[in-house]
Amino acid sequence: MTVPVPEHLFEHIPFARFLRLELDIAGNELRTHMPFAPHLIGNPLVPALHGGVIGAFLEMTAMMQLSVTETLDHIPKPVGLSLQYLRSGRSVSTYGEARINRIGRTIANVEARAWQEVRENPIALLQAHFLIA
Amino acid sequence: MAHLSDDLLSQLVDTIPYMQAVGARYIGRDANGVSLSLGYREDLIGDPHSRVLAGGVVTALLDHGCGLAVWEALGEFKPIVTLDLRIDYMRPATPERDLIICARCYKLTRSVGFVHAFAHDGDLTDPVAAAQSAFIISKPSLKPHNRSAS
Repeated sequence: MTVPVPEHLFEHIPFARFLRLELDIAGNELRTHMPFAPHLIGNPLVPALHGGVIGAFLEMTAMMQLSVTETLDHIPKPVGLSLQYLRSGRSVSTYGEARINRIGRTIANVEARAWQEVRENPIALLQAHFLIA
Repeated sequence: MAHLSDDLLSQLVDTIPYMQAVGARYIGRDANGVSLSLGYREDLIGDPHSRVLAGGVVTALLDHGCGLAVWEALGEFKPIVTLDLRIDYMRPATPERDLIICARCYKLTRSVGFVHAFAHDGDLTDPVAAAQSAFIISKPSLKPHNRSAS
């Protein structure tokens, strides 16, 4: 199986549909969008997005960027990742973008950031290694 | 030491919308820490070819398990937030199997909880993923067990 063309990638990944992720591709640049939905809440008192949702969103963003940049036979698998949470995720849209630092034969190093209203104020950062072979 | 009942720990999973959405459950605690489980579901698949659960599902469950471990160590409910979370994925979770999280808060300071966690699908010695995380504990709560104190 080859990975479907990036525009349709999310439709093929059940979990991306579960998070209701959207994809905006301009050439080899990509931006992901996660509209707010009640099932994404982790702290009902604030309310704030679940940290795990933000992590999953960034992981998907990094995977999508890899699929846009490279022609891959498989969906990239995370090997290790590090997430830093800078601000709480409020009940609004979240945007994401990723940058590939290195693509080797088997491993790719990618970083991604998520923000809400202000791009300069990220709510979370991801640094990850993916298995691409 | 103050003690959080299993009922309250269970509530801290059941009342969280995202945990409800993915179908996570609190299953108890022992020497390995607190445990959560998640039943395999088609809509949580990350790779339709291998039918393996999405890494993001494992991430979210590990994050929540780590938070529970901090509450368990605190012995009371205080607002906490994830500061950082590091995860190693050792192998894909086996399709059709429940995913289990074991998380233990091995150090608690006044403002930070440090947690180790594993995700496995039946055998803790053959983990799917391992996590290391730090949580910020918000300012001392006014009243212990008062969940609206945040």
